[in-house]
Amino acid sequence: MDPPSSLKLLGSWADSHTHRVQLALKLKGLGFEYQEEDVINPSPALLLHNPVYKKVPVLLHNDRPVVESVVILQYIDETWADNPIMPADPFDRALARFWCHFAEDKLAPAVGAVFSSSGEGQKAAVDQVHDNLKLLERELRDGEFKGKRFFGGDKIGLLDIVLGCGSYWLAVFEEVMEVKLVDPGTFPAFHAWLKDFEEQNEVKETIPAIDKLLEYARGIRQMMLSLSNGTSTTAPATAGTTSAINVTVDGSSG
Amino acid sequence: MAEGASEGLVLLDFWVSPFGQRCRIALAEKGVEYEYREENLRDKSPLLLKSNPVHKKIPVLIDHGKPVCESLNIVQYIDEKWPDRAPLLPADPYARAEARFWADLVEKKVCIPPPPPRMYESGTKLWKLKGEAQEEATKEFIEMLKLLEGELGDKKYFGGEMFGLVDIALIPFTAWFYSYEACAKLSTEKEVPKLVAWGKRCRERESVSKSLPDPLKVYEFVCFLKKVYGIE
Repeated sequence: MDPPSSLKLLGSWADSHTHRVQLALKLKGLGFEYQEEDVINPSPALLLHNPVYKKVPVLLHNDRPVVESVVILQYIDETWADNPIMPADPFDRALARFWCHFAEDKLAPAVGAVFSSSGEGQKAAVDQVHDNLKLLERELRDGEFKGKRFFGGDKIGLLDIVLGCGSYWLAVFEEVMEVKLVDPGTFPAFHAWLKDFEEQNEVKETIPAIDKLLEYARGIRQMMLSLSNGTSTTAPATAGTTSAINVTVDGSSG
Repeated sequence: MAEGASEGLVLLDFWVSPFGQRCRIALAEKGVEYEYREENLRDKSPLLLKSNPVHKKIPVLIDHGKPVCESLNIVQYIDEKWPDRAPLLPADPYARAEARFWADLVEKKVCIPPPPPRMYESGTKLWKLKGEAQEEATKEFIEMLKLLEGELGDKKYFGGEMFGLVDIALIPFTAWFYSYEACAKLSTEKEVPKLVAWGKRCRERESVSKSLPDPLKVYEFVCFLKKVYGIE
């Protein structure tokens, strides 16, 4: 096993993409150094190692950067072969990648839109989330993942990590925005999977406590509302808020 | 001809689609036989709708009845299914991570809503827009090409000596350069000469030359779309 100093993670405590990498490293039993980044004011290190996107997470392995969380997860899996997180079969791997892309491209932006909108816009965003969850629900109940405990089978795999780290925002937004996103009656398989995922020790050690996430989300929501009410017109604050939300909830961060 | 696709390999595709072309190139590199099926995108087949219920889009590779969707997924699937020949990804995990990063960058600039600017979409803007908006789109497009050219550097291909995932991800879009240049004031030869040279090298490979459409045919298609959209 590599000594801890060979692995360093630049991340942000409330960023789901950072959590994905932390969880993967934990599942592999790999020690690493962690550096908290201010996503609104990226450090020189972050700008150096991720010049294209300037975002967290960045995994440094022997000082060489790997960026984009799904790329990082596959890198970790291919470098340290024990406790694999990718399936072995090419078809299952293609399926995992497809649904990871779905999570980033469709589900996460829809969830983010619930948070950043109001009124009619929010209703449309909630409907979008439900449409996306229906597709996942169908796969879990009748599709390729039927009968499996996790998307990865008996153990957590790549798709569980990608979907799971981010799905906690569903509960947070339900509370902060007072909307219903994951009704156990409508999405029993997804709901059951999420509860099971969140009960895993490594997951509990990775994801921040819900009250911290609630406080964080409420703070950002307050800022957004005060900006849209015109009580603050500072452009940098808007950019910071938007990028903070982008980092935490939608697919545009790494 | 069987309605379903339970035997062998079937590729559901559309002739001008750069995403479909990626799959054709990968299959050709591996020397794998398959059945090509042209889809009418205005009247999608039941097989397509069944095989890609989430997005209802081509390309879809159906392998003995099991569908694989999304072009870069399909390319990696092809690579992993036939690992014994023409590897499309390097062996070293770090080099693989770099290849996936750059292929993902080409993809982000194609599929995911802005920001950042999209290649396919930003290219599409070049013929859809006029005036200042087109100038802005042209600038964005050039910047993106320059970023890619920077990564290519003086290498033969994006992966070095090995033609691979990133080359496959990007090369189909070069068939659209003629159209973009005709519609917007743009010269890729002037702006990104190394990238243009790379494009020529790739097209010397049979897998690429057989899979890519004639740029003039693409231009005819773009002109047809312009009429449909009522542009100029």
